[in-house]
Amino acid sequence: MKNLKLFIPFILFAVLAVLLLKGLGRDPSVLPSALIDRPMPAFSLPDLHDPERQLTQDIFKGHVSLLNVWATWCPSCRVEHPFFMALAEKGVRIVGMDYKDQDPLALEWLDKLGNPYAQIFVDREGALGIDLGVFGAPETYLIDHTGTIRAKHVGVVDETVWKELGALYRQLVKESEGR
Amino acid sequence: MFFLKISRINKLFKAFSMAFWLFGAAHTMAVIEIAPLSSAELEARYRLLIEELRCPKCQNQNLSDSDSPIAADLREQIRVLLEDGKSDEEVVAYLVDRYGDFVRYRPAVQTNTLVLWFAPAAFVVLALIAVLLVVRGHQRAKNRTMALSLEEQRRLDSLLSSPSKSGDEHL
Repeated sequence: MKNLKLFIPFILFAVLAVLLLKGLGRDPSVLPSALIDRPMPAFSLPDLHDPERQLTQDIFKGHVSLLNVWATWCPSCRVEHPFFMALAEKGVRIVGMDYKDQDPLALEWLDKLGNPYAQIFVDREGALGIDLGVFGAPETYLIDHTGTIRAKHVGVVDETVWKELGALYRQLVKESEGR
Repeated sequence: MFFLKISRINKLFKAFSMAFWLFGAAHTMAVIEIAPLSSAELEARYRLLIEELRCPKCQNQNLSDSDSPIAADLREQIRVLLEDGKSDEEVVAYLVDRYGDFVRYRPAVQTNTLVLWFAPAAFVVLALIAVLLVVRGHQRAKNRTMALSLEEQRRLDSLLSSPSKSGDEHL
């Protein structure tokens, strides 16, 4: 009994050390999205290629899509752009949200670098951005065929990120085809 | 050498903060707004809200201190909501709905924050209990050594009254 008592400080230390060690490995910039498993917020925003036309949340119904928040002022968007080109080639449906950007610059960018997006709508003021909980670009959302947000990634999407996101994407595609 | 450097940096820092102070309350002037809200009451609530809400982009700055574009957008959005007659709670709920609990510098009391809120009090109680136990243990130990049995007392008395005659000769 007396011996056991002597170990109490050591046990406390060990517990604390394990907790702190766990904290060390966490990336503090990764925030859980508040919108996971919630429907895509309602919006009505102009099509980049045809500003007269308004696109709404209905463009997500019926297919599994990625929603990529990008802008020409965002250097990381340029970094991930080739990867999205490759994904589009493989048949992944990517919807673009041109975030707080200027239309002519965006069109020029697509002309020069290629357009991986099935559809692009323009959020000039960042209003939908706030509804989506966007705090920068790039951000990418995975949206299922019912228009529900299923996953979110902040930052560049690349091979490593796609390993996990892609697996979820394929699973959602399978789910949508099963019905 | 090392200390000299530190003191120099310290002096520089002091000079800078003095300058900021002289040029008018650096802290509260961190953000330059376009126009004040329609009433002083709204303005006061707005100031308080942007102090207590955290910028989602910048990890450890509130909306008031941050210069990031998203912080500016959110400040603007809060102004709109306040002018619309939304209560403080509704404004906070609006942001938590979109950006999660992360944006609150004052976390709500809910199941996943119970530890955060009550662990400190629990630790204080535990510490008090520990102190009490230790003190009581000491007292008990003291009482035990002080109380001599009858036999011991008799021996002690005889030792004290005739030091040289008893067995132990130290000198």
